Amino acid sequence: MSEPHKADDSASVCTGAEIKLERVGIAFGESRIVTGIDLTVAPGEFVCLLGPSGCGKSTLLNLVAGFLPASSGRVSVGGKAVTGPSVDRGVVFQSTEALFPWLTVSENVEYGPRMRGVPRRERAELARHYVELVGLTHAADRLPGELSGGMRLRALMACLRVNEPSVVLMDEPFGALDAQTREVMQAEVDRIWRATKPTILFITHDIWEAIQLGDRIITMTAGPDARLKNVAAVAIPHPRDLAAPASVELYRELREDIGSEVRRVLQAQGLARAESARDAA
Amino acid sequence: MTTVDTDSPGIPAATDGAQRAKPFFDTRLGRVLTALVSVGLGVLVWQLLSLRVPPLFLPSPWLTLQAVGELWDDGTLIQSIGASLARIMVGWSLGLVIGIPVGILMGYFAIVRRLLDPYVEFFRFIPPIAFVTLAVIWLGPGEASKVALILYTTIFIVMINTIAGVLSVSDLRLRAAAALGANRLQTLITVIVPSTVPYMVTGARLAMGNSFLTIVSAEIVAAQVGLGSMIWTSRNYGKTEWVFVGIITLGLLGYVCDRVVRFTVARLLRRYAVAV
Repeated sequence: MSEPHKADDSASVCTGAEIKLERVGIAFGESRIVTGIDLTVAPGEFVCLLGPSGCGKSTLLNLVAGFLPASSGRVSVGGKAVTGPSVDRGVVFQSTEALFPWLTVSENVEYGPRMRGVPRRERAELARHYVELVGLTHAADRLPGELSGGMRLRALMACLRVNEPSVVLMDEPFGALDAQTREVMQAEVDRIWRATKPTILFITHDIWEAIQLGDRIITMTAGPDARLKNVAAVAIPHPRDLAAPASVELYRELREDIGSEVRRVLQAQGLARAESARDAA
Repeated sequence: MTTVDTDSPGIPAATDGAQRAKPFFDTRLGRVLTALVSVGLGVLVWQLLSLRVPPLFLPSPWLTLQAVGELWDDGTLIQSIGASLARIMVGWSLGLVIGIPVGILMGYFAIVRRLLDPYVEFFRFIPPIAFVTLAVIWLGPGEASKVALILYTTIFIVMINTIAGVLSVSDLRLRAAAALGANRLQTLITVIVPSTVPYMVTGARLAMGNSFLTIVSAEIVAAQVGLGSMIWTSRNYGKTEWVFVGIITLGLLGYVCDRVVRFTVARLLRRYAVAV
């Protein structure tokens, strides 16, 4: 990437691991979801995966997370083949329901260390630190059900950060938020994660979001049998001005790129419908 | 993308504002009064019916109330309540203590489920009354046979509900736990069990109802005291009003027990999103 992000030097040590997908395909029985995916995400890079809904973006993310096995090809993180989930790969799910509703914010944050067998006092200390880092100290003893969507998302970030993952996978994390909260959260993600620089694979269908956050934006074709389509390096300095000509230009390109896929799907459906109507006649 | 969703054009905007105040029957006092009126009407119908038939067939409410006094004064009623309640509580608690862990294991480990499923699916259709004789033969005429029958009526319903709870834990939650480093056993304890609590509570409440249904048959044979035994003994004396006392007491007791369970659960298990 052309532009190293300016964060305070002590924190900007690169902790990310490389994500590598080689000729990866996923099929459920006869139906092929994605095919021939070749993708390398450099350590500390922020890659946005952009595509129409149902194109297999989430499937790809589940694959890197280790929730799904690849039907063909090889997935590796930091040089090691992915065989299952790991604390080293943090996942932010589409839904903030991923917090355990019966645990308070700090208990949720403590969950990872607890599973690793970190002693009680030490993990309370860890929780306090990371809860503070996401600005939720005032809500540390509240249950997730008592928090707003944005606060829940921040709590979820703290749950991940406490594990210090080298890879963070985010699946449309802001999908459920209102526009204003979403903007704030995008800035937070930028701030929180750019400081420690894990490798980030971020899935979205929001083009502006991708431009705001990504070092590279990769578009996908419409599924089934989806492939990677284009790669756009984003050379706009942070914090990004979405109103800048470069941003708008990039938006146009990406919109055309995705739009053509959506049109293709709609056309295919329309034709199918027309054909079946003709058959019926 | 120019069309707007026009699925429901005819639905008017939400109507409120005009009627801020709750209607009377929705207030606390209103609800209590409604219930009392309902009970009062029931007693009235009972009274009217009892006027037209002999007391052996249907004792009047007044006669039944007198019987309550009688049975209360000689200590029979309180003794019966105590004995039956103790059997229900012991059997029901044992049923939960065994049924919940077994249900969790059955839900989580497919092999355990496959091994035990035939038995669960077989026995849950056999009513406890079918086992009354066997229980007495095997466990003797004492408390053990009665407690065993309550346990029997409790355990399957608790197991089935718990299994359903385990199976309905969302994939998302399991994945979240795995991504945060929980192994299979840790997931069982820290995710499956807490997620299943609402189902356990439902199972426990249903089982409580079953226990009250079963206590009467459990006390058919060789019970000296107990509400069920009181009902059976009254038959021998032709005291229909005592039967009524037994029946009404069972109903009230069941209602109170369910209330106690609900209150306790609402207090202690609020975190687990139990709707009671």
